[in-house]
Amino acid sequence: MTNVDASKIIKLTINGAGLEALAGPHHTLLELLRNNGYVEVKCGCEKGDCGACAVLLDGEAVDACLTLAWIADGGDVWTVKGIGTESKPHPLQKAFIEEGSVQCGYCIPGVIVAAKALLDRNPDPSDADIRVALSGNLCRCTGYTRIFSAIHKAAEEMRREALTHA
Amino acid sequence: MLETLAGGAPNVQLWQVGKPLIRKDAPNKAYGNTLYAGDLMMPGMLHAKVFRADRPSAKIVRVDATKARALAGVRCVLTAWDLPDRLVVTDIPGQTGGKTKNTAQPILAKERVRFFNEPIALIAADTEEIAAAARDLIEVEYAPLPGVFDPVEALRSGAPQVDGDANVVAAYRIRKGDVARGFAEADVIVENRFRTQVQEQAFLEPEAGLAWMDDKDVLNIKVSTQVVEHFRAIADAIGIPHNRVHVEAMYVGGGFGGKEGLTIEMMLALLAYHTRRPVRLILTREESFVNHGNRHPFTLEYRTGVKKDGKITALEVRLTADSGAYSKLSPYVLLYATVGAPGPYRVDNLKVDSVVAATNNLSTCAFRGFGTMQACVAYEGQMDEIAKRLGMSPLELRRRNFIQTGDKNATGQTIESAVWSEQCAVQALKALGEPARGDDVIKIGRGLACYQQSYGRIRWFKDSSEAWVGIEVDGTVIVRCAVTDIGAGQSSSLAQIAAEVLGVPMEKVVTYFGDCTLNPLAGTSSASRALYMSGNATKLAATKVRANLLEWAAKHFAVSPDELQLADFRVFVVDDPSRGMPIDELARECAADGVHRHHLAMFRAPTSEGLDPETGQGDVFPDFTFGAHACEVAVDTETGEVTVLKSVGAHDVGQSLNPQSVAGQIEGSALMGQGFALCEEIVQHNGVLVTPSFSEYLIPTAEDVPDTKAIILESRSGLGPFGAKGMGEPAFAPVAASIANAVADALGVRVFELPITPERVINALVRKEANTANAPASQSA
Repeated sequence: MTNVDASKIIKLTINGAGLEALAGPHHTLLELLRNNGYVEVKCGCEKGDCGACAVLLDGEAVDACLTLAWIADGGDVWTVKGIGTESKPHPLQKAFIEEGSVQCGYCIPGVIVAAKALLDRNPDPSDADIRVALSGNLCRCTGYTRIFSAIHKAAEEMRREALTHA
Repeated sequence: MLETLAGGAPNVQLWQVGKPLIRKDAPNKAYGNTLYAGDLMMPGMLHAKVFRADRPSAKIVRVDATKARALAGVRCVLTAWDLPDRLVVTDIPGQTGGKTKNTAQPILAKERVRFFNEPIALIAADTEEIAAAARDLIEVEYAPLPGVFDPVEALRSGAPQVDGDANVVAAYRIRKGDVARGFAEADVIVENRFRTQVQEQAFLEPEAGLAWMDDKDVLNIKVSTQVVEHFRAIADAIGIPHNRVHVEAMYVGGGFGGKEGLTIEMMLALLAYHTRRPVRLILTREESFVNHGNRHPFTLEYRTGVKKDGKITALEVRLTADSGAYSKLSPYVLLYATVGAPGPYRVDNLKVDSVVAATNNLSTCAFRGFGTMQACVAYEGQMDEIAKRLGMSPLELRRRNFIQTGDKNATGQTIESAVWSEQCAVQALKALGEPARGDDVIKIGRGLACYQQSYGRIRWFKDSSEAWVGIEVDGTVIVRCAVTDIGAGQSSSLAQIAAEVLGVPMEKVVTYFGDCTLNPLAGTSSASRALYMSGNATKLAATKVRANLLEWAAKHFAVSPDELQLADFRVFVVDDPSRGMPIDELARECAADGVHRHHLAMFRAPTSEGLDPETGQGDVFPDFTFGAHACEVAVDTETGEVTVLKSVGAHDVGQSLNPQSVAGQIEGSALMGQGFALCEEIVQHNGVLVTPSFSEYLIPTAEDVPDTKAIILESRSGLGPFGAKGMGEPAFAPVAASIANAVADALGVRVFELPITPERVINALVRKEANTANAPASQSA
């Protein structure tokens, strides 16, 4: 049971906006996010096997279910909703939609986060790079092939954008 | 990669059907906007937990929930003693409301535990943490009761009785032609025994839902399910009228059959009914593994007689399956395996005996492929073993035996649609391209598997689906259909069909789906039937609306209705397209003139009255999908590790509604089938699950993906809309069999038991070496 005395206020920036919330020492970042309305972060296993809860924490993709809320204190968190929106889609989201990479969609918020982390550090990933980057994200519907092609397509689009803006 | 090979001419000019349009559900899923059942919250909501048995077989002496009830924040604890005689009976899920015989199952265990983690008590509390703490305070006193964990042992006299009549949950027989004469005519007889394992659906979204009683005394349940028609079974079990249970399926995070039976609906319903508070239940992954029925493990004994030219003269099959503790859909899974036993081959002399037995193992139920895919592992393994004995190519042997349009199948049902098994097999093999190169250690092998998989439900279920289509005065279209959307694009396909018929772009259509009360009932998203049934109902309804609009327009333009076309958001005269008007204007004019702009239509599948119990002859399914899967593997003969290099599915889908979605089914099936062939297995030690999470139960990851290709063939001969055939299960049916055949090709020896683990590969190689060493000695003897 929550021992309120042992809880403390955790301050986070989530998708660019501040959040202050009470969390106990045993609470995970996943619980904190979902209890505060960030339900786009999905829960598939609660033990770091499936990657459905992946978020960017200070630029790195982490499983929110394995990250204690206290460890994330002061952190900069980005979820799939912060990465892009319908009015301002991220190239990854556009490519996932166009390539037919989405079936049931439950794994997709975590997969897009993992792909974003990859492209942020490696703008031109090989097939093998993509496979390693996604090896912690389980998808049961798609067989991954359209996820791979979407990531390649988004990477190409982002490289083109970078050239245009350079 | 995707390739489409068009077959016959299209039935009609298609504007939108057959094009890879963006699925309507995709954008919001990619932006993170889509809400799944576990994402919902309500004011005053309670949190539920389930107390489960810690052993697979025991007498329950006493359940004491006193301490749990006394805990602050606990609002309700229910045990079987609070629910006198409440049973849940497996409804034949769908339109008929029929009950499956001998399937009554206690909602909560009372006198006896029959399987590991069987639910014993339900808790609702103010927070999830309090509910979990209360669960730990429940005390149960058990007395030993021996269990049985093997279906063959369960069928022996004196075995512990679990369920059914002497543990027989169901049994079937097929007697066709003269098997004794067929074997007498055979030049070669090949006999083998195959075994398949328990597989977990492993959908990414664990079971979840939210239930509440409303001010109309209606019990509302928003839940992750494939079947909203369970509202009847829920109402019957609680003892309230059917019209007071309102089930709504949210977008489902994967089903694959695992959310076809009741999952957590009863638990949610009981807690909400007893507390009159909103109650949410979300299962953990570990609970999900024990909560829904998994894939039936089968032992498949095949004896096949063939002539030297490869023609099959006789086939004798014995199938034994394990239903686990309760019947659920086991009788039907066994029926599918029985009917599918000979595969896509013409076998005039056939004998099949099958049985599914109750044990104290975890329950088994529906899973993509539903008995048929297990049979495929055996009949396709058998075909390759026969080809090897005859020195014939696997493709040539199959070619000489493929069932053809007009032939009668195992139960004497005439195949009426196109059978493109050979075309699919040729295309799949061709797409493998140049073979990889092996060496002394790494052996390369190729495998082919063909199949016959039904789509649509068993004919004596008298299946039907209804849909309502209407056009608004702004030209937008509404489709209402209670089909559940389990991730294959079920609701989007209906929008595509309505858009096609009414000549509006797909973005002008919204499908309202998954609601058992506010939508016309559609049946289930199972049995590869959603597109076939609900697609036809939607097409019928839209066609009637179209006719009404055209009748008005014909008068307006002083032409006959068949001189008009609806396309690109306009109605126009075909011979003079300048004469016409936009569809919103047409809809407004029709509204002003009182023309019906909406229609409710029912589509009914062909029916039959069942099988002859002695011969197993009769019409079982509406129709069948045919196709092939081919793959190339590399086997490391030192470690036993198998790597799938290339994987190609080629299927005659009749007509693809959306080729991108069809390819998605084929590609996803390729990897799920690979998991079944190589690494996935639910392991139980005397009924206790020892692979309870994704750390122990391994499904393929991104690093295991082979070079995958989807080839779509279109005979336009199916019973679905525009000639479509069902595709969700067919794409999966042959995958594991093709991998098993490829491994046998690489090694020169077969692994008869799935999954093909490194240990089994090494054992097979040892067996092969021993046979080779013994061979000269036996020859000289």
